[in-house]
Amino acid sequence: MRILCPYCGDRDAAEFTTIGSAPPPRPAPDAPMAEWHAFLHLRDNPAGLHAELWQHSQGCRQWLRVMRDTRSHAVAGAEACRS
Amino acid sequence: MTRLASGGRIDRAQTLRFSFDGTPYTGQAGDTLASALLANGVRLVGRSFKYHRPRGIWGLGAEEPNALVELREGARREPNTRATTAELFEGLAARSQNRWPSLRFDVQAVNGLFGPILSAGFYYKTFMWPASFWEKVYEPLIRRAAGLGRAPEEVDPDAYERMHAHCDVLVIGAGPAGLAAALAAARSGARVILADEDAEPGGRLLADRQEIGGLPAADWAAQVLAELAGFRDVTLLPRTTVFGAFDHGTYGAVQRVADHLATPPEGTPRQRGWTIVARRAVLAAGAVERPIAFAGNDRPGVMSAAAVRGYLNRYAVLPGRRAVVFTAGDDGWRSAADLLAAGAEVTVVEARDAVAPAIAEAARGARQILGARVAGTAGGLGLAGVTLTDGQRLPADLLAVAGGWNPLLNLSGHHGARPRWDDALLAFVPDAAPPGMAVAGAAAGRMTLAACLADGAAAGLRAAEEAGHPGQPLALPRADDEPAGLRALFHVPGRGKAFVDFQHDVTADDIALAAREGFRSVEHAKRYTTLGMATDQGRTSNVTGLAILAAATGRSIAETGTTLFRPPYTPVAIGALAGHQTGRDFRPTRRTPLHGWAAGQGASFVESGAWLRAEWYARPGERGWRDSVDREAQAVRRDVGFCDVSTLGKIEVVGPDAAALLDLVYANDIASLKPGRIRYGVMLREDGFVFDDGTCARFAPDRFLLTTTTANAARVLQHLEYAHQVLRPSLTVALLSVTDAWAQVSLAGPRARTVLGGLLPGVALGNEAFPHMSCAEVVLEGGMPARLYRLSFSGELAYEIGVPPDAAAALADRLLAAGATPYGTEALGVLRIEKGHVGGGELNGQTTAGDLGLGRMLSRRKDFIGRALAQRPALVDPARLVLVGLLAGAVLRGGSHLLAPGAPATTAHDLGHVTSACWSPHLGRMIGLALLAEGRSRIGTRIRVHDPLRGGDTEAEVVEPVFIDREGLRSRG
Repeated sequence: MRILCPYCGDRDAAEFTTIGSAPPPRPAPDAPMAEWHAFLHLRDNPAGLHAELWQHSQGCRQWLRVMRDTRSHAVAGAEACRS
Repeated sequence: MTRLASGGRIDRAQTLRFSFDGTPYTGQAGDTLASALLANGVRLVGRSFKYHRPRGIWGLGAEEPNALVELREGARREPNTRATTAELFEGLAARSQNRWPSLRFDVQAVNGLFGPILSAGFYYKTFMWPASFWEKVYEPLIRRAAGLGRAPEEVDPDAYERMHAHCDVLVIGAGPAGLAAALAAARSGARVILADEDAEPGGRLLADRQEIGGLPAADWAAQVLAELAGFRDVTLLPRTTVFGAFDHGTYGAVQRVADHLATPPEGTPRQRGWTIVARRAVLAAGAVERPIAFAGNDRPGVMSAAAVRGYLNRYAVLPGRRAVVFTAGDDGWRSAADLLAAGAEVTVVEARDAVAPAIAEAARGARQILGARVAGTAGGLGLAGVTLTDGQRLPADLLAVAGGWNPLLNLSGHHGARPRWDDALLAFVPDAAPPGMAVAGAAAGRMTLAACLADGAAAGLRAAEEAGHPGQPLALPRADDEPAGLRALFHVPGRGKAFVDFQHDVTADDIALAAREGFRSVEHAKRYTTLGMATDQGRTSNVTGLAILAAATGRSIAETGTTLFRPPYTPVAIGALAGHQTGRDFRPTRRTPLHGWAAGQGASFVESGAWLRAEWYARPGERGWRDSVDREAQAVRRDVGFCDVSTLGKIEVVGPDAAALLDLVYANDIASLKPGRIRYGVMLREDGFVFDDGTCARFAPDRFLLTTTTANAARVLQHLEYAHQVLRPSLTVALLSVTDAWAQVSLAGPRARTVLGGLLPGVALGNEAFPHMSCAEVVLEGGMPARLYRLSFSGELAYEIGVPPDAAAALADRLLAAGATPYGTEALGVLRIEKGHVGGGELNGQTTAGDLGLGRMLSRRKDFIGRALAQRPALVDPARLVLVGLLAGAVLRGGSHLLAPGAPATTAHDLGHVTSACWSPHLGRMIGLALLAEGRSRIGTRIRVHDPLRGGDTEAEVVEPVFIDREGLRSRG
């Protein structure tokens, strides 16, 4: 698999590490426990376009939000989380 | 001998000796093992998988289902190698497989008599009952009977390597279509890789008597290869199989660098695994001829008619003098003509009622029987005769079968596309291919020479253009389209075993039986009969099997469909995938800057993650490691010692928002830390469990240096980057791993200040000037810049000194000269357990800060990672296992379970386990740290320590998890 890193260009997936689904926004400190539970544990598992977090750990070290089609592995785009 | 007097592409000047089953033979350079065996008149080369039937050579290349042999001996023994792809070399030793006691007399051939029992689904039906028989009776029985060759038992002595390459156009296959594609792309200026699995590129151009532009086809191929070799950006990879089409234009390939040699030359790998990233690919893998299922179609001497042409024209071998050609199309007639030209006596058995006059004319001299079929064969270990459906018997030592062609479109299906049945071609052709891949030539159903050349040239031009290199169409030399008429003929019904899948011994009757038993889906029938599941992956058998399944279920082949193709295209040695990454080279070994110094001081080393760390330093007279460790630990308690702690992760955190970021990742407060001071910190995961611990030194308001545990160094940096980039992108802060930039030494013991003072004359080191948990940038005597930290892991007065790596040995020498004792990780662990600091056994990912007695560190005044979920009821349950100390008279071992005294040793009574244990030279007793249910309330009681794995069972006293200086006076002294 190849990922188009916004900083380093088209790179092999072996240079990246992933934590899977991009998590939802982190709840406020005083949010109810149910909200924290959802934040930590609940993820979509779509057959199709899927937002994932990949870090270019053997490259620019940037965490990227990668849109990947889980059926074909086609990568629709990757953008740095900090941008 | 059946070698022809002239012709072929073998080197007649170079004779090679080889052996098969111990019998010596000779062949020529340029032979394969198969062609050399045929040249020596050897037809019987193996026994079949299930029925142990005698088998010979069917094909010409990688499609070979029958002629699987063991090559070489000893550690280099290689089972299940196709004789048709094994290049001959001097001294090659090959053996037949799956026979006992000998190839000519095989006891298990008796299986053939039980054919009706060993039919489709035999294993499923037979080994079902009774269940208790499975492990003791059935499985050993099946294992003994299963498999073909024997794997070597020694470690592979050869080297393998990995290569990565990028190109504009990858051309897979160097037959007519592939050569034309590569030439068109190369002339367009594209970077081209041309991979071909054969030793000599050319494909069918080497096997057939054809002309291109007035030249023999093989000469044209040589011309094109010479031109390609002249391009700077063209890479030719012979002996290279592209075995998989992966995502985004990534292809896997294996280059057999030295398989054609007895042993790889010095410095040369046996095989090279390639990862090729190609903008575009042209699949020009060609096609293989399929057999026809009729009784006895597996007898040695029954061969693919197109393979017979290959043996005649490429290897100058006449596989039989009295040949019958059984054909369902025009192609078989070309084999008849070539056999006639080589001097054989030929009978053509043509399934069609009529053929074009020109075709019959070209095989003038052969007896021609039209509208006929072969019903069976006769002979013992080799073919002696052929019977037609009308009862006619023909004596024969060679039966060449031409059933039509199967395009090798495998790689086009590696992303899940299923091919489409073409009723006119009588073949599956690709309907779709992975993005960026075009299929050309015979693989795409262009079955004739001129069509292959034109298709390949067009595909190569298009691929180059799509990769950004537009060019001019190739001016192709003149070539003819040979006649390619064909009728559908897959099976001649009759009595006797008609084989479809030779390698797995699947017969036409097996497929019909599967259909009757309800396995109508092609995927089910495949698994039930094992059709196409052998190492050749159904190269020759799939289409025939599908046709028989279609007929048995009253459907068309198109309706029946086909199974999916998956990588690898041919078997791949694991070594070629691993490359150099085996054994010690599986991953890099990290050595600290003091490694050489420690080795010179007699240190033993231990693996700690990727690191090698000094474990202890043995001294003369010590009787074992315990003597060394006790001496080192006591030196720290009573005098002074020093230890290499360079492996601890070190991360610089710099910027105006550095403190804000650290406040998010540490559970305790960091913002209030003053410059020049250090704080012990704990990080939680977001789920509330402890992630890592370490120290945080603040050198300036906007500059921190963190230490992490050795094991978590990379993960902590990643965690910090995540917290910054994903959770708090607005913070202005930079992170940098400086683990390798600083060699670090811990100097510990009552005399530590004195020794340090010798390195820093004139620097005030007293408790006023430099109290416990202070840090400073200093310059050592002699001008070496250093970082100084006053912190203690051992519980003694201690300092850590960080210096540039190349200054580490000089620092160690000075400490040694000042009388400090070097100590290793084992003594470090003893000191740590005595002091009750948590380590890897306690930071196990399942403990909370509260479990480890660190609950009061969690800040109530700020948000931090893990704060919310650390409050979950289960994480604050008072019944959780918590950290306690153990004192014992007998040996304590980590991992031992804790039980109430007198309680039975069952899971239900398990109260926890020992996490760390050692002999304490300070106390003169065994001590341990443990996680114990309701541990705080058990302090002062006794507990049973049970170790069923290693046979330990003793009692220990539960105590506070600190065995020395509970008030912490020593480290502050």
